[in-house]
Amino acid sequence: MKAFTYERATDVTAAVKAVAETPNARFLAGGTNLLDLMKLEIETPAHLVDVGRLPLSAIEATADGGLRIGAMATNSQVAADATARARYPVLVEAIVSGGSAQLRNKATVGGNLLQRTRCAYFYDTAKPCNKRQPGSGCSAIGGLNRNAAIFGASDACIATHPSDMAVALTALGAQVETLKADGSSRMLAVADLHRLPGVTPQVETELSPGELITAVVVPAPPQGGQIYRKARDRASYAGGLASVAVAGGQVALGAVAHKPWTAAQAQAALAGGASHAEAAKAELAGAQDQGRNAFKIALVGRLMAAALDEAKQGRGA
Amino acid sequence: MKTTITVNGEARALDLDTRVTLLDALREHLGLKGSKKGCDHGQCGACTVLVNGVRINACLSLAVMHDGDEVTTIEGIGTEAALHPLQQAFLTQDAFQCGYCTPGQICSAVGMLQEAAQNWPSQATEDLTAAIALTDAEIRERMSGNICRCSAYPQILAAIRDVAGEPA
Repeated sequence: MKAFTYERATDVTAAVKAVAETPNARFLAGGTNLLDLMKLEIETPAHLVDVGRLPLSAIEATADGGLRIGAMATNSQVAADATARARYPVLVEAIVSGGSAQLRNKATVGGNLLQRTRCAYFYDTAKPCNKRQPGSGCSAIGGLNRNAAIFGASDACIATHPSDMAVALTALGAQVETLKADGSSRMLAVADLHRLPGVTPQVETELSPGELITAVVVPAPPQGGQIYRKARDRASYAGGLASVAVAGGQVALGAVAHKPWTAAQAQAALAGGASHAEAAKAELAGAQDQGRNAFKIALVGRLMAAALDEAKQGRGA
Repeated sequence: MKTTITVNGEARALDLDTRVTLLDALREHLGLKGSKKGCDHGQCGACTVLVNGVRINACLSLAVMHDGDEVTTIEGIGTEAALHPLQQAFLTQDAFQCGYCTPGQICSAVGMLQEAAQNWPSQATEDLTAAIALTDAEIRERMSGNICRCSAYPQILAAIRDVAGEPA
């Protein structure tokens, strides 16, 4: 691990200012992804501002029937929240399908959204990777790309975003609330937080340098069933090969793109009265495989249709 | 960097490089070798300790993040003269072979039983709004963050089930 200095933030505004004004500074929340990447020297910050004890962990009802989740709430705290369990089962199911209990006890909501890809070449510092070292090339194209994207990939990067929680938040139409270095705050849809790789896969979100996620705001739950379904190599404690979140008529996919993927074509087909299988087919018309991940296209088709069936039958309704 | 962590009930003053993980602080600086380093990447659970009563991977946390925290390691769970019920159950059920993962398994199980008692859900929970029943499927799912290379899982499950007191 490269040497770095550390400070514990006691004030949100001061924390944002510290990261904005210190060269190569990063926020540190739970640290479960950042510290792992620092050990491998994939992340090499010179200064860490620990925001883990900032008073940003409250989970509270909003005036319009939604839920405001502080960015420093742990994944476990959100999953255990009575309102989340009663009204947002897709969110709770997504959270408890991710990582292990130990990781969920430490990982925060804000950190979960900003975790980085598990692409094997991003982790393998002996190999080219445009995300880790811009301009070096993409080893996954033509390489071991079983877990690569089937939507929205580019010639520069075919990595996927690993979060389960973000997929459920996307289907629920949630927004992130942020604080910028200039003191202004803004709301941004979770669906618009992450970027497609394009020619700059190292730029993963729309956040500006030093901008801190302070909360996630989930609107009132939609009419209709909610469900999260995840396919993976082990029954527990494994990243997804593909996942589907359904919340009423909203559908989002995980582990298939550089960001939580809004299944817009499927949603439009469903709104037009298409069957669940037809809706899945409509979405997958835009899918493109990389060879070893071709199985994901059939997998997503079946997973999406089955999840829609189950949601309609009242699961989580 | 000066950091004070209460470990097994005793305040310990440390002066550490910021890079030292909580696991290395416990093992290399405080001589508490019970917590094990398996993968050092949060994938095996051998380093599981309780921080303020909640189980985490000590390898994926910096010691300086824990200034003022209360940490419990396997050395703070039971004594040779008075074993913790989980320690006794692991012996009774023969829930280990090499023993390397055992401190993490036991710390994890202590935290897991508290989580279930607080009604926290898991992936195995059928009804998210009902009280948690610690079925075998629930125990297996909740302990999936602890790998046992000897594959003593059936015995680990039996030991935890004994202490949980739930029907098989």
